[in-house]
Amino acid sequence: MGKISLEVNGRKVEKEASDNTLLSTFLREHLQLTGTHIGCDTSQCGACVVHVDGNSLKSCTALAADVNGSKVTTIEGLETNGKMHPMQEAFKKLHGLQCGFCTPGMVMSAVDLLQKNKKPSDTEIRDWLEGNICRCTGYQNIVAAVKEAATKM
Amino acid sequence: MASLVGSRVERKEDKRFLTGKGRYTADINLANQTYAIFVRSPHARASIKKLNIDKALKSSGVVSILTGKEIADDKIGGLIAGWAIRSEDGTEMKCPGNPPLAKDNVNFVGDPVAVVIAESLAEAKEAAEKVEVDYKVLKAVTSTADAINGDAIHEGIDKNLCFDWLLGDRQKVKEAFDKADKVISIDIINNRLIPNAMEPRACVADYNAASEEITLYTTSQNPHLSRLIMSAFGNVAPEHKLRVVAPDVGGGFGSKINVYNEDIVCSWAAKKINRAIKWVAERSESFLTDIHGRDHVTHAELAVTKDGKFLGFKNETIANLGAYARVFGTVTPTYLFGPCATGVYEIPAAYTNVKAVYTNTAPVDAYRGAGRPEATYTIERLVEKASMELGIDKTELRIKNFPTAFPFKQTLVHTVDSGDYVAGMEKAKQMADYKGFEARRKESEAKGKLRGIGVTSYFEACGIAPSAAVMSLGCGVGLWESAEVRFNPTGQVTVYTGSHSHGQSHQTTFAQIAADELGVPIENIDIVHGDTDKGTFGMGTYGSRSLAVGGIAIVNACKKIVEKGKRVTAKMLEANPEDVEFKDGEFIVSKSNKKKTIGEVAFACYLPGVRDEMKSPLPEGDEPGLKETSFYDPSNFSFPAGTHIAEVEIDPETGHVKLEKYTACDDFGRIINPMVVEGQVHGGLAQGIGQALYENAEYDETGQLMTGSYMDYTMPRADNFPEFNIGYTCTHATTNPLGVKGCGEAGAIAAPPTVMNAVIDALGGQEVTMPATAEKVWKACKNLKKSNAKAA
Repeated sequence: MGKISLEVNGRKVEKEASDNTLLSTFLREHLQLTGTHIGCDTSQCGACVVHVDGNSLKSCTALAADVNGSKVTTIEGLETNGKMHPMQEAFKKLHGLQCGFCTPGMVMSAVDLLQKNKKPSDTEIRDWLEGNICRCTGYQNIVAAVKEAATKM
Repeated sequence: MASLVGSRVERKEDKRFLTGKGRYTADINLANQTYAIFVRSPHARASIKKLNIDKALKSSGVVSILTGKEIADDKIGGLIAGWAIRSEDGTEMKCPGNPPLAKDNVNFVGDPVAVVIAESLAEAKEAAEKVEVDYKVLKAVTSTADAINGDAIHEGIDKNLCFDWLLGDRQKVKEAFDKADKVISIDIINNRLIPNAMEPRACVADYNAASEEITLYTTSQNPHLSRLIMSAFGNVAPEHKLRVVAPDVGGGFGSKINVYNEDIVCSWAAKKINRAIKWVAERSESFLTDIHGRDHVTHAELAVTKDGKFLGFKNETIANLGAYARVFGTVTPTYLFGPCATGVYEIPAAYTNVKAVYTNTAPVDAYRGAGRPEATYTIERLVEKASMELGIDKTELRIKNFPTAFPFKQTLVHTVDSGDYVAGMEKAKQMADYKGFEARRKESEAKGKLRGIGVTSYFEACGIAPSAAVMSLGCGVGLWESAEVRFNPTGQVTVYTGSHSHGQSHQTTFAQIAADELGVPIENIDIVHGDTDKGTFGMGTYGSRSLAVGGIAIVNACKKIVEKGKRVTAKMLEANPEDVEFKDGEFIVSKSNKKKTIGEVAFACYLPGVRDEMKSPLPEGDEPGLKETSFYDPSNFSFPAGTHIAEVEIDPETGHVKLEKYTACDDFGRIINPMVVEGQVHGGLAQGIGQALYENAEYDETGQLMTGSYMDYTMPRADNFPEFNIGYTCTHATTNPLGVKGCGEAGAIAAPPTVMNAVIDALGGQEVTMPATAEKVWKACKNLKKSNAKAA
């Protein structure tokens, strides 16, 4: 067991967790931030993507202890003053989600893409999202949503 | 008030999903809950010689360990096949017992033998490692084609044969083939797929000792059906003491229709230990134990005249059921397959014969399309081959055999009420620039690439399954749907639907329908589903039935509300009920300026006498309150149809297939929300293209799943697809008041033959099995080079 101190969605948190606790488990089980989803056990699906110190990360690939002291943003932290982020708005407007399970990871990953590439092409969007699996949408409206968000961010 | 039906209304459910507030089963934690881990067979076929839990029981944090013995002692029933199928010789199908925990024999890798329940997940995992099972490993049967010749895996089931079913007339087909100028034949494999909803299965079971009630939160597409099966066949608890809740469910695609072992075991065990139990599948467990889809081996023949008229069709199929027959396991390769196997064509004589076999693999059941993708793949691959062999353009050959009039009495079972297949074909050709293909082929050739074009025309039977239709086929269960429309006194509306949304957008599209019917703003309408305590009964979501069956139940319940509203208005305004009209949320007495809003009428129904004009009670014969129910049983299936066209470019140096263009032109009848329908088409296409180019579930000869993770099973990614070009034609269904047909499965049905026809066209007619991986295609390219060299 060890003490994990993080700033999560702008709030300082400190919790005891066993050393093998994954960041994804820490967020879901210790902080009850269940918006971060677990869709696989091989770090392939991307449903658990969060931002650690501003960069997207599959939270099942890091131990909570590895990121001790970091700033973490989860899907729950993307709104500001109750207003959805332009990426969230774009997903809603363009039907970029159906069952919603992959959505948190997909949105967090897409937000990071636009941080790094303000006007990505279709191909660049599809390449970037290669680590996020969606079984519902066929990706077309996700790509459209990312392009739409790029005009708003 | 503008009509909402037909509008791109943004989804009411999205905000919670987009802000991390969705509530999926794995997000639920109950006070004092325990954690379950299932001990599963590592062997595909074995008998259990000894099972020792002594060491495991001593492991830290263990609350209980239960095995097949306890579940048998408590007379908890097993998993069942929902549909009875009779063989051609009249005998009943043969189904083995499928206990929730295996006691004597295991029949596939992942078959559970015990459950370990502990205070924490880590402790449950550790204790599960200490359960000792002594297996006698037996030779596994894994091949679909050879299962009949393998050892009988279930006692009393010869040749591993569940049934040998026939639909159609062999004699008539023989006569048709005797008259044929040419017979086109094909051998195809419809590859096994794993549905892979992104949310792994999970359940949380709770027991309330005071009310003696079990509550099961589970990842289900049909909570009422689950409760019925668990109660009537599983003997878990009587229905009034069993509540099943399917909260937000992260995709299903058929894989969450079934009641699973874990649902029954956790519910039963929660009562036994008098504590809540949580179980969440790891993805590797999902791969092993979720139902799989497809897995057919087919030989089919088409008898044709030299000018391309179809005369007869034969379909001999072996369908793999896996280890056990589950809920839709037996109906998928029969009534969902056979009747659709003649496709959109007038073929005077046809039969489909299906031998359903057991193997030591995961159970095979309904996966998006269920039977209709297999049927469409068979006929459309065959028709494409016929066009090559007859030298007739693939679109002309199809048009030549389309029905000339509707209703279209299809060869085997269905009477298709409406459609216009020629219009669909013409529009698809235009959208795909079919004419320009030869020029594009030449351009590809100039770059050293091979280009191919493939076409599919399909129809499907949706709105599963009208009682009248299925009972006439000899199936026991008709599938209607229910709706309850409840007004609050102050005018908002709650609609309970027995249908279930796990991505399909019910909260929005069903509210659009109710808003139009009732003239109530959409924001004042809540769609509620997924909880057996909140509605009487429902059949759930599968077979593109939500709108065509569940949606109509809502319409009918709303119409009853309006009828009552007219009577109440007449009483309130001292008019004849026949003189009251309803429009845009207002009851108007004709030829007068007297009217009541539906909100005023709702208030009066609950609180008669509160307002001045309502001094008298409700009309004679009417009780207070404003709530109506409909149980809607459609008169027939609905029949979406369309034509899809794909173009691929192959690099002969690598065998890589690039899907260059995909055009879908579908007729779904009336469309409630075009945005939602587009999403359904895109998703179906991705799964269908996935089957054609990427996905394959493979077992080795010992029954080990070789594709048991996302590292081995190719899930389609964003960079695997071009932008789909989709469009519609529209003929309304005549069998329901909305004129809707269903759209959820079309893409998964039409895409595999469309893409494969394009690949095979590019390869000069050489057969390649699905998925058309680079390796297979590269080999085919080498053969092509050799045969071209010989010809030169």
